[in-house]
Amino acid sequence: MIEQLSWKVGGQQGEGIESTGEIFAIALNRMGYYLYGYRHFSSRIKGGHTNNKIRVSTNEVRSVSDDLDMLIAFDQETIDVNAHELHSGGIIIGDAKFKPVKPEGCKAELVIIPFSEIATELGTSLMKNMVAIGATSAALGVDTATYQAVVEEIFGRKGEKVVTSNMEAIQRGADAFVQSAGNSVQTLSLKKADGKNRMFMIGNDAIALGALAGGARLMAAYPITPASEIMEYLIKKLPEFGGTVIQTEDEIAAATMAIGSNYAGVRTLTASAGPGLSLMMEAIGLSGITETPLVIVDTQRGGPSTGLPTKQEQSDLLAMIYGTHGEIPKIVIAPSTVEEAFYDAIEAFNLAEEYQCPVILLSDLQLSLGKQTVEPLDYHKIKIRRGKLNDQELPEREDKAYFKRFEVTDDGVSNRVIPGTKNGVFHVTGVEHDETGKPSEVPENRKDQMEKRLRKISNLSFPVPIYKREEHEESDVLLIGFNSTRGSIEEAIPRLEEDGFKVNHAQIRLVHPFPSDELLPMLKAAKKVVVVEHNATGQLASLVKMNAGHGDKIESLLKYDGNPFLPGDIHQQCKEMLANGHI
Amino acid sequence: MATFKDFRNQVKPNWCPGCGDFSVQAAIQRAAANVGLEPDDLAVVSGIGCSGRISGYINAYGFHGIHGRSLPIAQGVKMANRDLTVIASGGDGDGFAIGMGHTIHAMRRNIDVTYIVMDNQIYGLTKGQTSPTSAEGFKTKSTPSGSIESSLSIMELALSSGCGFVAQSFSTDLKDLVAIIELGIQHKGFSLINVFSPCVTFNKVNTYDWFKQNLVSLNDIEGYDPTNRMLAMQTLMEHDGLVKGLIYHNPTRPSYQESVRGYSAEALSKQNLALPEEKFTELMAEFM
Repeated sequence: MIEQLSWKVGGQQGEGIESTGEIFAIALNRMGYYLYGYRHFSSRIKGGHTNNKIRVSTNEVRSVSDDLDMLIAFDQETIDVNAHELHSGGIIIGDAKFKPVKPEGCKAELVIIPFSEIATELGTSLMKNMVAIGATSAALGVDTATYQAVVEEIFGRKGEKVVTSNMEAIQRGADAFVQSAGNSVQTLSLKKADGKNRMFMIGNDAIALGALAGGARLMAAYPITPASEIMEYLIKKLPEFGGTVIQTEDEIAAATMAIGSNYAGVRTLTASAGPGLSLMMEAIGLSGITETPLVIVDTQRGGPSTGLPTKQEQSDLLAMIYGTHGEIPKIVIAPSTVEEAFYDAIEAFNLAEEYQCPVILLSDLQLSLGKQTVEPLDYHKIKIRRGKLNDQELPEREDKAYFKRFEVTDDGVSNRVIPGTKNGVFHVTGVEHDETGKPSEVPENRKDQMEKRLRKISNLSFPVPIYKREEHEESDVLLIGFNSTRGSIEEAIPRLEEDGFKVNHAQIRLVHPFPSDELLPMLKAAKKVVVVEHNATGQLASLVKMNAGHGDKIESLLKYDGNPFLPGDIHQQCKEMLANGHI
Repeated sequence: MATFKDFRNQVKPNWCPGCGDFSVQAAIQRAAANVGLEPDDLAVVSGIGCSGRISGYINAYGFHGIHGRSLPIAQGVKMANRDLTVIASGGDGDGFAIGMGHTIHAMRRNIDVTYIVMDNQIYGLTKGQTSPTSAEGFKTKSTPSGSIESSLSIMELALSSGCGFVAQSFSTDLKDLVAIIELGIQHKGFSLINVFSPCVTFNKVNTYDWFKQNLVSLNDIEGYDPTNRMLAMQTLMEHDGLVKGLIYHNPTRPSYQESVRGYSAEALSKQNLALPEEKFTELMAEFM
């Protein structure tokens, strides 16, 4: 009996690799297993190697596993590219059609099954994926009937016959595995799961659902990988709530349109990735100086320029904190799990209205697209806070005096009215202005307005600015990360502890304004600090050093080859760094 | 009921004496009163440039944005609160150079915004460079040997972009201009009104006199029919775009707001944001 399984299906892009993994994963999620799926794909529609790696466990998992138990191959390339991940005792199941060959030195068992032939016999070669799912199930000891409901949901619209033949394909795959492998292959029997029904979603689903729960009623966006799922979810759901998604001509329009509707009182978001964020920079400054709430999701991917559009990276961090010319108050939040992505999306809208400034919800490709099992979300944690928003009619104005929308206050936040409010007329401008929004270059006024705006976030309160695992009063090493590296770091920790190191962990959730006071005690208590991040220049490490000091203890563990950190990467490299004492 | 005076505020425009923009400002104020608006019902969103300052000179909700982006901001305002009347305005550089992408797509999209462009064929605020509507050969600081790029036929472009209300006017014809803006506000969809608004400081070619001599009123063209798109295009070509009046009007094309599935009839800005628990449970179940 195994408690955890790592499974991968691979082939050419456009062959249905994604849906194969999807059907397999949904069925197992419903059995109560925890899943984590990560897709390797390219920026093209057809052709090119693609794979979907899925981890199945009886415990929560949040990272791509180091190795592989089972590989389903629809072409030889899949075997050649991925076989090294298989450990001895692992299984490759290949389609007889391409005459699979095991690479030299590969210790896994190769089982050959005529996926395509069986599928063709049943009507269409498209069903080879279902045959593969059947073979997988036999190898894992999972009952093929498990798939009935999922297959009905997916193919039900196409009619009873399609459902039946797909189920038959699964059964035939299972039978074929038993026949071919017989007793020669040791099956990987999975320990039974708890049978609880949990959600199975990607980070982008959680962000979109969070936006909806957080009161967003409009979204303006331009499609881009890996952010598009957010707009695709919301265009399906927002009409039920009277709202919609507007697909704009570019990201400049997306951000400025969102500013327009936030100014007019509707929670509006936009979402993009690096190239789009670069185009939004001027608008971010406009939101800052006009004190208009704005929520932007940045799903980081490989940069610069078009970079690695379908690969993992965390290189937008400093651009998101400092980007836009001039100086504005800004909040940058970086959820580290899918659950956090949901709650942070809600919080982003609250903060944007409370502090009347741009809020960037930072994600990365692994968090945005990694699909995982999520415990049900807590409805009672959804709170809408709109700050100093006045929705009441105001007293009649004298001499057409404008409402003091930018009144200088102690906390820097001014009362806000929205267009349409009776007697609330005021002016908004990206030019420096006085308390009523009238352009002004008077030095005293400039100073007052600048300081008022910047002071808004000086006392920002954010529920959990750092996710901490602080097991040791004094640690040999403190691991610091942000966004999706959380899962791999968490898995590397017990291995490092087994090696005899005392490890603490801080995952930075609020990256700006930086929670220095929260982090300092952990930095002080650490002999060494390793900042784990997906970029080439150590951006988070710079941020830590700049805000909290202790530069002499801090070293970077970087990965920028497009692939996510595996727990083993962090474990091995950290161990070497600690053993060599080069930090 | 508000009069045009109610749309005045106490701010003195920083335009040069004699600038065409003064009359455009007055025309917007009169048109707003004539169609029965109150200052609280109107949002004026403007871009950057001399004309962009207009949002600060009208007693209404004003938003002076960034260069070239008045239209996306204005469309966002309208989508958030469909009860507001939204006017976007700016200059030819703002709308037809840096903001051209938005202009074309706003026309295609057809959100109910009235876009008033003050076209002076030059960049004024940056002290005299060529603009997309400058004529070929036009000498400016940035084109000392004369512009070698062709001038945009913005009205023709509007017709080909699906704009349902295309009009052109001249800033001194206050009465006509007011009437056109009223029609533009009343049109349920995107309306483009290009107003020749001479720059007395930097454009010594396209002067008030030049426009008086060269502009042809569509009222003087026998049999002109603004619902005939083909005729509109032909007339524009025949007169090199130098016509004034209502060029094209298609009142039948539904606006974006009318076409969006599920879009709330009540202003979105007035909605209660709370999500009922049953609904949330239902949304979660879709991921199970």
